[in-house]
Amino acid sequence: MRFAIPLVIFVLLVVLLGVGLTLDPREVPSPLIGKPAPAFSLPEVAAADRTLSLDRLKGQVFLLNVWASWCVSCRQEHPVLVDFAKRGIVPVYGLNYKDTRDDALAWLKRFGDPYQASAFDEDGKMGIEWGVYGVPETFLVDQHGVIRYKQTGPVTPEDLENKILPLIRELQGAA
Amino acid sequence: MKRLILCLCACLAGPAADAMEVRQFDDPAKEERYETLIKDLRCLVCQNQSLAESDAELAKDLRTEVYDIIQSGKSSEEAVRFLTDRYGDFVLYRPPFKSVTLLLWLGPFLLLAGGAVFLWKQAKRRADPVRQEEALSAEERRRLQQLKDRFQG
Repeated sequence: MRFAIPLVIFVLLVVLLGVGLTLDPREVPSPLIGKPAPAFSLPEVAAADRTLSLDRLKGQVFLLNVWASWCVSCRQEHPVLVDFAKRGIVPVYGLNYKDTRDDALAWLKRFGDPYQASAFDEDGKMGIEWGVYGVPETFLVDQHGVIRYKQTGPVTPEDLENKILPLIRELQGAA
Repeated sequence: MKRLILCLCACLAGPAADAMEVRQFDDPAKEERYETLIKDLRCLVCQNQSLAESDAELAKDLRTEVYDIIQSGKSSEEAVRFLTDRYGDFVLYRPPFKSVTLLLWLGPFLLLAGGAVFLWKQAKRRADPVRQEEALSAEERRRLQQLKDRFQG
């Protein structure tokens, strides 16, 4: 009995610290989930005279992937996106973040282009509007233009199967 | 000698000067608000640095956003809201007082109060002669009485 109270405190501390260890401090929860996606209207990477805007994308479930040719993890993620785009489940759009047009185009030519179109966010303003703090990041947006999910860091095949695809099916079923 | 000192100053000032760009303000009060703000806001890339200290590209962009907001005459709260709307409370070094942060704010005071109560109870128990006597078994009390008799007698 004398040791019960310190023991309880000790166990509580261990549990608390254990939970702390499993959390990823680099993962910042986005306050934008469940909120309408911030509007944007930017030139496309492929053609400066064409505009990619949120209005054009609304009415469908889509993925918006933030990428850059200078980003190392994007290279790792890219084949996953190329494969996913081929399956034709939902369109994938790109947000080319703080890049140069030439580098971005060369990158797509070399590794393949999974995107229906990529918005060219040269100064990173759209990135800030969407709460982007690192590349790559991937958003899942529903038919009404509401952000449903955000992946920070590269999308892996497991994330796609276990987290993103079930969500997509749910959203498509609700339509 | 003078040149050496100048050189030394430049070297020491170098890194800090790189991180911060020169900002022009039309009002010294705005400049002060800007400086305070960026020290209280956290960089999302190097998460243990404030916006003021960070060299990250994003920190530079966010400093520009904060500068634009302050320079356009808006309040510090509006600048903070701009960032929390996009990045959440994570950008604040001073977390807001709300239901999920209740324990964070009140926890230390609760611990302090709990410790004080514990100490007070301990002190009271030790000072209470009746309870000390009660803590003895019948056999111990008999032996205590024997000892008392021996020393007094």
